[in-house]
Amino acid sequence: MILEIAERHASRPGPLLPLLHAIQDEMGFIPSRAVPIVAEVLNLSRAEVHGVISFYHLLRETPPGRQILYLCRAEACQAMGARDLERHAKEKLGVDFHETTSDGRYSLEPIYCLGNCACSPAIMIDDFVYGRVTPKRFDMLVKEI
Amino acid sequence: MNKGGTVKVFVPRDTTSRSLGADDVAKAIEGMAASRGNSITLVRNGSRGLYWLEPLIEVEVDGVRYAYGPIASSDVGGLFDANFLSAGDHPFGLGPTEHIPYLAEQDRLTFSRVGIIDPLSLDDYQAHGGYEGLAKAVELECDQIVEIVTESGLRGRGGAAFPTGIKWSTVLSAEGLQKYVTCNADEGDSGTFADRMIMESDPFVLIEGMTIAGIAVGATEGYVYLRTEYPLAIQIMNDAIGIAESAGLLGENVMDSGKTFHLEVREAAGAYICGEETSMLESLEGKRGVIRYRPPLPAIKGLFGAPTIVNNVITLASVPIILARGAKFYQNYGTGRSRGTLTVQLAGNVKRGGLVEIGFGKTLRELLEDFGGGSATGKPIRAVQAGGPLGAYVHPSQFDTPLDYEAFADVGAMIGHGGLVVFDETVDMGEQARFAMEFCAIESCGKCTPCRIGAVRGVEVIDRILGGVDEPGNLVLLRELCDTMVVGSLCALGGMAPFPVLSVMNHFPEDLRARGS
Repeated sequence: MILEIAERHASRPGPLLPLLHAIQDEMGFIPSRAVPIVAEVLNLSRAEVHGVISFYHLLRETPPGRQILYLCRAEACQAMGARDLERHAKEKLGVDFHETTSDGRYSLEPIYCLGNCACSPAIMIDDFVYGRVTPKRFDMLVKEI
Repeated sequence: MNKGGTVKVFVPRDTTSRSLGADDVAKAIEGMAASRGNSITLVRNGSRGLYWLEPLIEVEVDGVRYAYGPIASSDVGGLFDANFLSAGDHPFGLGPTEHIPYLAEQDRLTFSRVGIIDPLSLDDYQAHGGYEGLAKAVELECDQIVEIVTESGLRGRGGAAFPTGIKWSTVLSAEGLQKYVTCNADEGDSGTFADRMIMESDPFVLIEGMTIAGIAVGATEGYVYLRTEYPLAIQIMNDAIGIAESAGLLGENVMDSGKTFHLEVREAAGAYICGEETSMLESLEGKRGVIRYRPPLPAIKGLFGAPTIVNNVITLASVPIILARGAKFYQNYGTGRSRGTLTVQLAGNVKRGGLVEIGFGKTLRELLEDFGGGSATGKPIRAVQAGGPLGAYVHPSQFDTPLDYEAFADVGAMIGHGGLVVFDETVDMGEQARFAMEFCAIESCGKCTPCRIGAVRGVEVIDRILGGVDEPGNLVLLRELCDTMVVGSLCALGGMAPFPVLSVMNHFPEDLRARGS
């Protein structure tokens, strides 16, 4: 499958980033075995491919939980209590950033701005953004979803 | 009730309104209308940008739109009881939308259609003046288009405020078989959402602006470099590009002009530095987003080594109206060398957060008080961070500064992309200074030492100050470190991350000292 995705994107100009996104969309992360395959298809070194994967915060090298919970840490959210929300979320889920809950349900990731800054603090669960997230609303969202 | 016909009801579908439950409201309205036998047409428009009122729904009666907000799905029954389909009175009724002072007092030029139209209806777009700019452009010579943009006084709205016409003219006169138009839609500054609003609420205006740019400089390929953090904007832009292609507004023969312009969305991957133009180009080429030395300028040697326009979303989205209405029309807004309109985004701890597009020249205080209504918590405003995470914290004593690029620069601040993040008196400015360095350390591309190492040392020095270790000595050290980063860094990240820190040292020194144990 990785080979098929790589070959599908190989002829585009500047193919590496869309290609890596496609692998991640399909598999949830970019497994290490993808590196030599992608390098071979694009005629790059493994170091170049690995270098790109490790550079970008939102490309993953490890499998995520069933859902990814992104918590905004940026200033507009800070102004409305994001620091408290961060403490609460870590305590509630029992994980730190870049970790996955023991039941495999959530991976908690920091994010720097979802563009929801007039209704902060914000979190994003998978692809959906939630605004004005108080600790109480956080608990409801985590339970509901 | 409109006799016989169906009533148009608008429920926004942009990220913020959805983040507050707009989808549930839309569902409730459809369900309630069906069960009561009311015939409605539900339009999922973009947001008007009056975010404290979202979800803000509208109903069109005799050609006038009436607003209600903020509406939760549990309010929908009451709205029907109050006969809102005929603009009936309701505690959340706001009257005609256009008369809401927050909106009525703006100069919506770039945002003229935002929140009004269905973002993916080309008919709606064209019925509201869309593609008039491109229709003019295809009749003109390249240098005439560039001349109009130059004359309008438009400057880059991404933050650097470089004159757009000069950039375009450089690309136009550069030698190259292939040229590119790239749109920097990696809106990473906290407190900014204007780019997102354009892409989610009026995507065709960006497509039209980029097409005009392409025709103006002879570029046949365009890329929108769009952040992963904006999944809805990615989806809407992709859909809109597909629609424009099918309608002959993109592709081999744009508007039957014989000119070619192809456009593609490229998804970023969460690196703040890729909002820096040369990093963005590296990223588009599929590399690590490490900045390039300048010169050569991207206008001469940009994407894949070819002459390239790099403009922000708002800059490009301002081009269609300049072409349609003329340079003079646009230039008549603004003050001094800051011409046209500025899209201010009121964010953070502010009572009436949202988008305010106005001519340059209003003071910060007018924005915060007249539009913003003070802080959300009702406590006094202590600081405003202007221009994103690399912008200074502005002290209340500076709130009478007019919003224009030069006036802000004179007080050591910057307008940047127009974001204003409001903090009330509970803010700990020492923590804010620390975060500025922490953020720079996380996001540094690593190419130059002042940024890569300096930001890490900055966090450590601030921790020592707050921890009570040799406070006077470390304050001196922090200032020297900031100076080194400002003068020694290759790009704006390391070069400007010290600005918020220095503003805290200069205006809020009482917060940057040892904490009680």
